[in-house]
Amino acid sequence: MNFVWTVAWRLLREGRFQTALILAGVSIGVGVIVYITAIVSGLQANIIDRTLSTQAHVVLRPADIVNQAPLTVPGSVKLADIAKRTQRENTIANWGSIVARVRGTPNVSAVAAMASGPGVAQQGGVRKSIVLMGVDLDDYRQVVRLDNKLKAGRLLLPTGTALIGKELAADLGLQPGGRLRLQTATGGSQSMTVGAVLDFGLKDLNKRWVLLPLREAQNLLGFQRDVTEIYIKSERLFEAESLAANLALSTGLTADSWQSSNGQLVTALKSQSASSLMIRVFVTFAVALGIASVLVVTVVQRQREIGILRAMGTPASRILAVFLLQGGLVGLFGSLFGSLLGAAMAEGISRMAKTEDGSPLFPVVLDSELFITTALIATLVGVLAALLPALRAARLDPVVAIRG
Amino acid sequence: MTLEGVKKSYGGGKSPLVEVLHGIDLQLVEGEFAALLGPSGSGKSTLLNIMGLLETPTAGELRIADTATASLDDAARTALRNRYLGFVFQFHHLLPAFSALENVMMPLFAGQGRVTSQDRQRAAMLLQRVGLAEHAAKQPVQLSGGQQQRVAIVRALMNRPRLVLADEPTGNLDTQTANEVFALLHELNREDGTTFLIVTHDQRLADGCPRQIRLLDGRLQPDGLVSPAPSASGR
Ligand SMILES: Nc1ncnc2c1ncn2[C@@H]1O[C@H](COP(=O)(O)OP(=O)(O)O)[C@@H](O)[C@H]1O
Ligand SMILES: [Mg+2]
Repeated sequence: MNFVWTVAWRLLREGRFQTALILAGVSIGVGVIVYITAIVSGLQANIIDRTLSTQAHVVLRPADIVNQAPLTVPGSVKLADIAKRTQRENTIANWGSIVARVRGTPNVSAVAAMASGPGVAQQGGVRKSIVLMGVDLDDYRQVVRLDNKLKAGRLLLPTGTALIGKELAADLGLQPGGRLRLQTATGGSQSMTVGAVLDFGLKDLNKRWVLLPLREAQNLLGFQRDVTEIYIKSERLFEAESLAANLALSTGLTADSWQSSNGQLVTALKSQSASSLMIRVFVTFAVALGIASVLVVTVVQRQREIGILRAMGTPASRILAVFLLQGGLVGLFGSLFGSLLGAAMAEGISRMAKTEDGSPLFPVVLDSELFITTALIATLVGVLAALLPALRAARLDPVVAIRG
Repeated sequence: MTLEGVKKSYGGGKSPLVEVLHGIDLQLVEGEFAALLGPSGSGKSTLLNIMGLLETPTAGELRIADTATASLDDAARTALRNRYLGFVFQFHHLLPAFSALENVMMPLFAGQGRVTSQDRQRAAMLLQRVGLAEHAAKQPVQLSGGQQQRVAIVRALMNRPRLVLADEPTGNLDTQTANEVFALLHELNREDGTTFLIVTHDQRLADGCPRQIRLLDGRLQPDGLVSPAPSASGR
């Protein structure tokens, strides 16, 4: 039986009403924090997941062609402004060695080369403007998931086949096995069989994207053996920016990370994270103030008992520890109840908010890490909040209590 | 315990400075049983609190077991208090959140930070000695006033103190119970040799004590300095 633990526990048990009050306060605060964290991280993970379902983490493109400005002598007169040139069809020629080098870079999990360009799909007199995307299907599927996008047909890409979006399929009245003609501005033209109909998740992509074998795209677009992009999947999603910077240096190509390609989204996510952090910080402060104020009242009410304990020879440090422990216990137990409360609220919301097909709008993220961190922080906050009341208790003059 | 020229003043600053004790010289002999008498406001509680190291004298020195205490810090005074002194207050001051047995163990628990099963046995033995064995598990509110005061008395004995300071231990008890409590204090003094200093208003109870110390307006009366021979006492 330890003095500090026993006395702290008894005082909490004895002050039923105050203990209940303070526990309720901490539980509600922690509940709000857990709820917000679970919802926001669920939402963000879901948005990022959806956004990246059709994008590579890093895309390598040919470097911009720029005109070299003539050397200027200081003090000389400038005779002409030099504007950026129109960018010719600029391609990557020696991509085989680049892909090999990128594959060997740490933090890269998959690489796919792509030859893409504008074209027209034609069927039964209907013409639709499209994007031709020539890929090696096995490589491409490593970078961008396709099996969850398949609506009809099979995910195979032998010579002479094309995989098209479901809007284009509807516009042209096509099903797997149907035929369409692909044409390009350079005069290329070829008839293809529809291998599969895909749902890319966005109407615009479903209208335009046509996947076909790399070799045939290169022929149609007149690229010879060149490609236009190299798609890269990173092992660590949030390190895509530094990976892009590395690859730009090592390959001499332009490298764009998913963050730089989705600037608005990243800004929105960041400001959402910042506001959720603000809410959590302020709720934490409110909880700390609540603990402190209830404990101050407790110290005043327990003045007499503290005085007796001191008169009987309890060191001031032990009184201090008793009240710090009370703060810690309240924080810990409050965070346990609060975690349950927050988890229940988050689960409830995700049950209520459903998409039309009945699946949850977004999954809430309730991992043990969240609960453990919350419990640790709440305990620490409880101890810190108890510091002032505890010091007050430790400095109480026993005589005042005894003379009563 | 020895007091040399102990003075105590209150106030100062805004409120007027009032000297309550005007230089007390007093020695308590090991194993004696002394009553401290005096009218209300004469400074008895102040003197007892100083002897109990709960208050510091404004001037003078207090020695406990050859240790000078005037210059000690709070931690050292607390440790001395825990080791050598036991307290009984007028209002028994039991801790309501703890059982009778736990209250008895409290001085040991508070000083050491933990208790063993042997300590528990000693507390139970003390309670048994004052006839409260079957009330050990009860909360203070479940006990009568006399029972509570008896718990408070054995609580003061838990640490085997050299000196027990009791401030009007029978002040709020009826005559019958007060007599019983005093008899118990005498018995504990005889059996264990613990020194007692007991503040009381009641001349009749004081007459039963071998030594009587009289305090008037912050000064000890001359006769209080002399300890009468045990044979000359009323018992
Ligand atoms: N903390 C204090 N501040 C100011 N005066 C005090 C304080 N404590 C006691 N006194 C005064 O000291 C005097 C002696 O008080 P006390 O020792 O309690 O007397 P007794 O116990 O003999 O009745 C009283 O006049 C009281 O008002
Ligand atoms: Mg008094």
